[in-house]
Amino acid sequence: MVRAGPLAVLLALAAPAAWAQQGPRDVVVVEGDAIPEPLATRPGDAARGRAIVANRSVGLCLLCHSGPIPEERFQGTLAPSLAGAGARWSVGQLRLRIVDGARLNPDTIMPPYYRTTGLRRVARTFEGKTILTAEQVEDVVAYLATLKE
Amino acid sequence: MRTAWIALGLASVFVATFALAQGAADKRRSGYQDMGEALQKMQDDDTANPGMLFVQLGEQLFGRPAGAANKSCADCHGAGSMKGVAARYPAIPKDADKPVDLEGRINLCRTANQRAEPLAPESRDLLSLEAYVAFQSRGQPIAPPSDPRLAPFRAQGAEIYRRRQGQLNLSCAICHDDNAGKKLAGVTIPQAHPTGYPIYRLEWQALGSLKRRLRNCLIGLRAEAYAYDAPEYVALELYLMDRAKGMLLEAPGVRP
Ligand code: HEC
Ligand code: HEC
Ligand code: HEC
Repeated sequence: MVRAGPLAVLLALAAPAAWAQQGPRDVVVVEGDAIPEPLATRPGDAARGRAIVANRSVGLCLLCHSGPIPEERFQGTLAPSLAGAGARWSVGQLRLRIVDGARLNPDTIMPPYYRTTGLRRVARTFEGKTILTAEQVEDVVAYLATLKE
Repeated sequence: MRTAWIALGLASVFVATFALAQGAADKRRSGYQDMGEALQKMQDDDTANPGMLFVQLGEQLFGRPAGAANKSCADCHGAGSMKGVAARYPAIPKDADKPVDLEGRINLCRTANQRAEPLAPESRDLLSLEAYVAFQSRGQPIAPPSDPRLAPFRAQGAEIYRRRQGQLNLSCAICHDDNAGKKLAGVTIPQAHPTGYPIYRLEWQALGSLKRRLRNCLIGLRAEAYAYDAPEYVALELYLMDRAKGMLLEAPGVRP
């Protein structure tokens, strides 16, 4: 399952200039199957993360996953439930799974939420942009970490 | 009268047997089978299927002279001559070297035979003519032509179908082959068979072509949709029709 070796792998991400001012990292350090360091200086907020996960056009998570968000009636069956994600994985492991799950499973269907390279025919409105900003990734990770069962 | 009823009875036995024969070894399902009963009824009942209004309009247009040639479609195409045509498009027209889909073929007759302006993509008139032509193949098995010149175009369609694209980095095959039958949020993912086109889609509140449907999926992946006249759509349509070979046409379909 874990393909990356013990040595740190450098994963260069082309972060658009606009975000550089908000302080995200344009080089993300992957260690083993995790990204131990936060992507943003502002700490993640679990309540904001929950709202992102629940939102079908922002997080898109519930298109594929189900999760403990009962007010969203229509949830997906393409992926495992998010319940217990915070018990199964450390914060750093969760971060890598959101940033670019293909680092762990090249065949994954989970979209790479913080990568702009290696994609084809991206619609002009989204070109050069990541699906979530660095801050949003941190919010989502903070929320997932609360899902202990 | 009596013989007509017997003929009808035989026809439905044939259709039922055909569906059974297909059902045994074949896991393919039309999007129709993934819809709720209410929508299936709406499609089946010609007085409730909104697509039938376009079929009627198409029939009127078919008989109306147009263009510098002042000819109607019916002047050249007699009653019943369109039977089975929709089941074998896209195809390569005579003296051409590239395939056109049914809309493209109709517009070719508009420009070359009626000497009129081509009808705009997704315009009411083009969709109505297409619905009228496609309706005459209702119940017929999809039968792509064996023309070997189509092979490279079909292969291009298969390649587009399987490649990941867009910001979400998904391929058509991931959803429609690997995850068909599962729920994307609340929606059952269909197998993407082009059995019902043009369809009346409730979400659109309008009749729409297969191209419009393909564009919707591309936009969903956050991929750049091709222009309406792009050859990529014809390639995808060729591949989808081949994948659905033998399935029965049900135009005009109704979809959620
Ligand atoms: C297109 C479908 C899809 C979308 C959208 C999606 N995922 Fe996933 N996700 C998957 C699949 C499938 C897996 C299973 C692992 C694999 O295949 O790589 C997965 C795995 C995961 C895992 C690790 C699995 C576990 O054991 O808990 C987490 C955490 C996760 N996703 C969170 C999210 C979050 C949060 C979002 C939204 C920001 C999201 N996913 C959006 C398909 C998706
Ligand atoms: C994330 C999953 C997903 C991907 C990827 C996807 N689609 Fe779809 N597609 C759907 C869903 C869901 C529907 C049904 C929507 C509805 O009924 O509201 C659909 C509907 C269709 C239909 C209509 C089927 C019918 O019964 O009329 C066709 C054709 C189709 N898709 C083709 C494609 C093609 C070609 C691609 C690649 C360019 C593609 N789709 C990519 C999810 C997807
Ligand atoms: C002046 C005569 C003429 C008129 C008017 C005309 N067509 Fe045609 N049409 C033809 C000919 C000739 C062919 C193709 C013959 C061939 O390819 O061998 C054709 C082919 C077609 C085909 C493909 C049939 C097949 O078997 O592949 C369709 C569909 C069609 N026409 C629809 C229309 C429609 C709709 C109109 C009115 C908008 C129209 N035509 C007007 C002469 C005409």
